[in-house]
Amino acid sequence: MTSHARAVLSNAMAMLATCCFPVLVGLFGQFTNKALILGVIDIGHAMLLGIALGFGVALGREQRGARSLAMAACSGALAGAGLLLLANLAQAANLRWMLVSMNPAVLRQIAFRLPDLEGTALLAISGALASGLGAMLVNLPRLPSRALAGALGGVVLAGLLRELLANMLNGLAGTDDWAFNYDGLLPAGALAAAVLGALACVQPGKARYQALPSIVHRVVSLAVLIFIIALPALTNDFVAQVMMMVCLYILMGMGLNIELGLAGLVDLGFVAFFAVGAYTVAMLTASGGVSLMQLNFFVALPIAILISAVSGFVFGLPVLKVRGDYLAIATLGLGEIIRVLILSDMMKPLLGGAQGIVNVPKPELFGLVLGTPTRLFYLTAMMAGLAGYCAWRLQHSGLGRRWLAVREDEDVAQALGINLVQVKLSAYTMGAAFAGLAGGIFAGMVGSVFPQGFQLLISINVLAILVVGGIGSLPGVVIGAAALIGAPEVLRDLGEYRYLIYGLVVIAVVRLKPDGLSPAAIRHREVP
Amino acid sequence: MFDVKDWIRRAGWVDWFLLALRLLVMAMVGGGFISGLLHPRYGRDEWLSFAAFGLTIGAIYALIALGYTMVYGILRMVNFAHGDVFMTGGYAACFSLVACNRAGLLSSQPLLSLFLAVLGAVTVSALVAVLAERIAYRPFRKGRGLAPLISTLGLSFVLEYSARGMFGAQNRSFPSLPLIDGTVDLLGLVMPKTQLVVMLAAVITMIVLTLVVMRTKIGTAMRAVSEDQDAAILMGINVDRVIVFTFALGGMLAGIAGLLYGLVYKQVYFFMGFFLGVKGFGAAVLGGIGNIPGAMLGGFALGLVESLGPAAFLDGLGVDSPYQLRDGIAYTMLVMVLIFRPRGLLGERLSTARA
Repeated sequence: MTSHARAVLSNAMAMLATCCFPVLVGLFGQFTNKALILGVIDIGHAMLLGIALGFGVALGREQRGARSLAMAACSGALAGAGLLLLANLAQAANLRWMLVSMNPAVLRQIAFRLPDLEGTALLAISGALASGLGAMLVNLPRLPSRALAGALGGVVLAGLLRELLANMLNGLAGTDDWAFNYDGLLPAGALAAAVLGALACVQPGKARYQALPSIVHRVVSLAVLIFIIALPALTNDFVAQVMMMVCLYILMGMGLNIELGLAGLVDLGFVAFFAVGAYTVAMLTASGGVSLMQLNFFVALPIAILISAVSGFVFGLPVLKVRGDYLAIATLGLGEIIRVLILSDMMKPLLGGAQGIVNVPKPELFGLVLGTPTRLFYLTAMMAGLAGYCAWRLQHSGLGRRWLAVREDEDVAQALGINLVQVKLSAYTMGAAFAGLAGGIFAGMVGSVFPQGFQLLISINVLAILVVGGIGSLPGVVIGAAALIGAPEVLRDLGEYRYLIYGLVVIAVVRLKPDGLSPAAIRHREVP
Repeated sequence: MFDVKDWIRRAGWVDWFLLALRLLVMAMVGGGFISGLLHPRYGRDEWLSFAAFGLTIGAIYALIALGYTMVYGILRMVNFAHGDVFMTGGYAACFSLVACNRAGLLSSQPLLSLFLAVLGAVTVSALVAVLAERIAYRPFRKGRGLAPLISTLGLSFVLEYSARGMFGAQNRSFPSLPLIDGTVDLLGLVMPKTQLVVMLAAVITMIVLTLVVMRTKIGTAMRAVSEDQDAAILMGINVDRVIVFTFALGGMLAGIAGLLYGLVYKQVYFFMGFFLGVKGFGAAVLGGIGNIPGAMLGGFALGLVESLGPAAFLDGLGVDSPYQLRDGIAYTMLVMVLIFRPRGLLGERLSTARA
């Protein structure tokens, strides 16, 4: 066997194995009856083709030139035929007792219920085309390759986000009958998305735009910002809800950014401060049950921030001397202790136990009840803006520089006369205050607090936001929150597979962009 | 020799706070214990059965802890996906037994089917562990910082929700083995046969592991890499192979732990790896991370404290339904060890002192 044949075979095997994954976990089954482009292709098959495309790209990178095209096509054809063979085998073996998604109907759907011969031919041809396209993308000159990639990306994005886009467009420019209808993206809309995507990737006139005076750039970015902020008011409650969640996580992310990004303290128990803030607001404002008094939300919120800050101080004290991975586990343990305590019968008279605290009133400002998601979003966004300003000022203050020094090297920082205790405790305190603010707003927004709402998962989410966005960078927090919290919320179809995709995205980002999507400028000043 | 005067002279207010915290926890445990002794609520048999259950679950913690400790000893990284490797082992064992049951082997050849379950669990877990190394570790081996931690957290999500997608969100019940049902009378102590089998299996596994690590060539190579990676490379040791072997070995132990967990709790579910992973890591830290005998000791100690603790001192303190706080005790112990004795009970076996 020549080396080329071997490369084709191993590529085909890997492609086949990867294609089996969405079928096995049921992603394919979930999406095979949802259209990416109505009447053209469904999301499930698009997923398989996307995998073929990806492996085509890999093969194209390995073996440049026209030969790689033929090789990728062969590999795609082999994998396509192999997939149908495996599907038929799985159907014969009847593994449903073990693999719940091995549904005969879904398995037959892989080849569109065609007879074996035609199905094999179809899968092989489409696999060959997709994989060949992938190899072509790498080997084309730069401009057409980017345009093609952009067009594909545009169609996929428009197809996946059709619900959101349709809502937005309907709200902004009337009903667009040609682009989206109730079921999904129409072919004409897909064409438009492809053109837009290609344009976005090729960026014609970029140089001319950059040559414009900087005031124009400022105006444009301001306009974009205003558009984003106005989005919930222009569209519907769903968008407002999603953007509010993103804002809450931005708040928490900015808090953890102080602890982890600036002071270098890994905290996996961060959710505890969020819980403290939420419970404080609930106890101070709720009516009946275990609540203490019925204050106004805006009176209770500063108290919640204060109590969270104090809890951050107390939380930070015992772990002052713990470092590195040990700190991650110690804080994880502390956060879990708090959750176990909240949930226990011991604290039930105070915190309501597993039943939590209900009947938390919506925030009310001078007689205006902030009841709708849109109003709550503006409240949260305002708080996030305020907190962002504080975080930015803190980052560039003397204390911020001391945090950075401690992050880079504790021992050296101490030798330079920095008081480690003071600096670390201030990081815990302020980080906790941000999380407490987020928790307080959360309580007001949801109207109830339950111990189940404060899982370790939230701490992990916030940590992942920082790492994906770029540790120590404030724009990174926003981008990370939008990518990890906003995107899965918007991709509603994912349902229970949300966290699967989430995990895959986190691994991919950490691997491809280890410094995050928007790395902090200050990191580059490090002495090597 | 510890100099009290010197300590007082040097101590800052944080040291005083930590001392107070230590005394407070000791007073709570001691007070609860004494008050529990004054008003005994449980008889000898109950205590013994608490202890037996603690040792059983501790054996499972110990097997998981060994995987953490071996990987940490070699790579200095925490593998957050290790708990989910354990979960895959549990599923593999469960489905091996179900398949045996469908083939009728379970009733006719119970020992053979148990052996097949062990084989299935060990193979699948080792494969998943090696795959985890390839996907989430190898790219980050040179880099420091949070990237490996985050990528294993991501992998943990992927494994959990893949299992959910493949095997369903509901609990899968473990087929019952008539062979190890019922109770056994051991010197007056009546305990379920399962617990005895689990403890024995865990101890045998640990003996085999010790032999592998101490007597075989690859075990020697493992110890060498953990001692000094650069020197090991100079001695001609293939570090990549050693790392893959370490992951596979840890995976095998986790697979056996998954099988034993299934035998004890009679069910497996996709999320079971998460908290057992944290507990297993706690056990590894408790014994001194990187230290193989320490992980074994730490596992048993954690299991015992968790199952005896609520009855021993929380009852005495007058806490309502103390068993709800079982996990709280485990985490408190973990945090206390990390704060006051980060090297663990038996000491960290790391060549260079690092945090």
